[in-house]
Amino acid sequence: MNQIADMPDAVETPLDQIDFSDPRLLKDDSWHEYFARLRDESPVHYQAESPFGPFWSITRFEDIVAVDSNFQDFSSEPTIIIGEVGEEIPAEMFIAMDPPKHDVQRKAVQGVVAPKNLEEMEGLIRTRVQEALDDLPVGETFDWVEKVSINITTQMLATLFGFPFEDRAKLTYWSDIAAAGPQMTGGDIDPQERFDGLMECLATFTQLWHDRKAQNDDGFDLISMLQRDPATADMVDRPMEYMGNLLLLIVGGNDTTRNSMTGGVLALNQNPAEYDKLRADQSLIPSMVSEIIRWQTPLAHMRRRATRDIEFGGQQIKKDDKVVMWYMSGNRDERSIENANEFIIDRANPRHHIAFGFGIHRCMGNRLAEMQLRILWEEIMLRFSHIEVMGEPTRVNSNFVKGYETLPVRVHPL
Amino acid sequence: MPKVTLIEFNGTDHTIDAETGKSLMMNAIDNGIPGIDADCGGACACGTCHVFVEQKWFDATGESNPLEDSMLSMRPDREEVSRLSCQIEITDAMDGMVVRMPEYQM
Repeated sequence: MNQIADMPDAVETPLDQIDFSDPRLLKDDSWHEYFARLRDESPVHYQAESPFGPFWSITRFEDIVAVDSNFQDFSSEPTIIIGEVGEEIPAEMFIAMDPPKHDVQRKAVQGVVAPKNLEEMEGLIRTRVQEALDDLPVGETFDWVEKVSINITTQMLATLFGFPFEDRAKLTYWSDIAAAGPQMTGGDIDPQERFDGLMECLATFTQLWHDRKAQNDDGFDLISMLQRDPATADMVDRPMEYMGNLLLLIVGGNDTTRNSMTGGVLALNQNPAEYDKLRADQSLIPSMVSEIIRWQTPLAHMRRRATRDIEFGGQQIKKDDKVVMWYMSGNRDERSIENANEFIIDRANPRHHIAFGFGIHRCMGNRLAEMQLRILWEEIMLRFSHIEVMGEPTRVNSNFVKGYETLPVRVHPL
Repeated sequence: MPKVTLIEFNGTDHTIDAETGKSLMMNAIDNGIPGIDADCGGACACGTCHVFVEQKWFDATGESNPLEDSMLSMRPDREEVSRLSCQIEITDAMDGMVVRMPEYQM
């Protein structure tokens, strides 16, 4: 992407001269003023030119719910990011499908996060979190993203897939490259490296499928579940569908929770009164978890495509136009969320946020995500009085993943 | 005001005086009944106000629309008598109605 010029002034610049797809808005955490202007001045906003082509921006909470719920007029095909995914790897993932195909594929895997399976996984996840936290270097500054957020999320993913534990860093790598194509999200990955990496991912998981089949045990890992479900028992024979759904679950379980794990530490440091509330009353952890997810909104947007000419919010959206729902903006919309720009761990209705999306594509792993964050914070509170942020975070270069590369911290034991 | 009974998954029951013209979901929230999350606030867009309507009351709750059907279809625990409580408008004909709540809203 051509990013030589500075970002235009957030307040003075006419809206039609601002590129809302510029990944620097997230990289620099400078998006707040730009998107507040869209919500106030042009909530259904057409941008005629961008490196990803023209697109509409939807920025108010209620409008996003309306678009997200209307899968007839706003299709998820062919993809759910502003950019294009390219045709070199035609992975099929149900997040980028409409009914009825979407429904069949989603149903095949959603049992993975059914309550019974979550209960079975909780103990194992807690053990992993305990080990990671017990290994942290006390008395020195370290990178929370590397030592905690990536470490724990990757361990959890390896556990969910029954993936060889010693190779688990590969899951993070595949997740990172899957969503980082320059033409996709403004990321930095070389297309050939991306292609090679994803082919290795497919080969590894194909081998894992056959190994698991040969073991013939009744594990509750994701691959065993796919093998047991009649609708997906032969998914390995449909490689692009197998890989698409693997990538969806890897990225969906990785970029998201990982960044909420970091975002929570940062938010509590920026809001010390909330940290005091938490230390005084740990029963606030579940509502704090929802607030952290709202505050972070790890995926900045989802894209739809208009299936017909349609009037929306007083604007004429044409058939095939890209329509981008900016979740991060909806989550700061004062029209729908009281004190939306404040981090309040005991707010009245913490689950009323849009980070999981709404409608038939609503996040399938939402309860697993909440469970992981809850366990993390329960175990943090058993060990540390305070996780102190020691410097500025560095953020991901993407218009899609709203997350962190690094966050220097120190832990203070109880 | 029709009396409606909501039974939690653990068997705890709550009988409320429901306000007609308002949704069952809003009535449950206003009465502080646990087990109904209603994340989307009643837009039929999240599926977290799922209830099982006792069979003999099912017809009284009216027809579900295609969007509600789509949201319910994603629930692994869906039953014939599943409804989203935000889409049930309380009427006087529901006096005595009993609904059960699922183990989990998801």
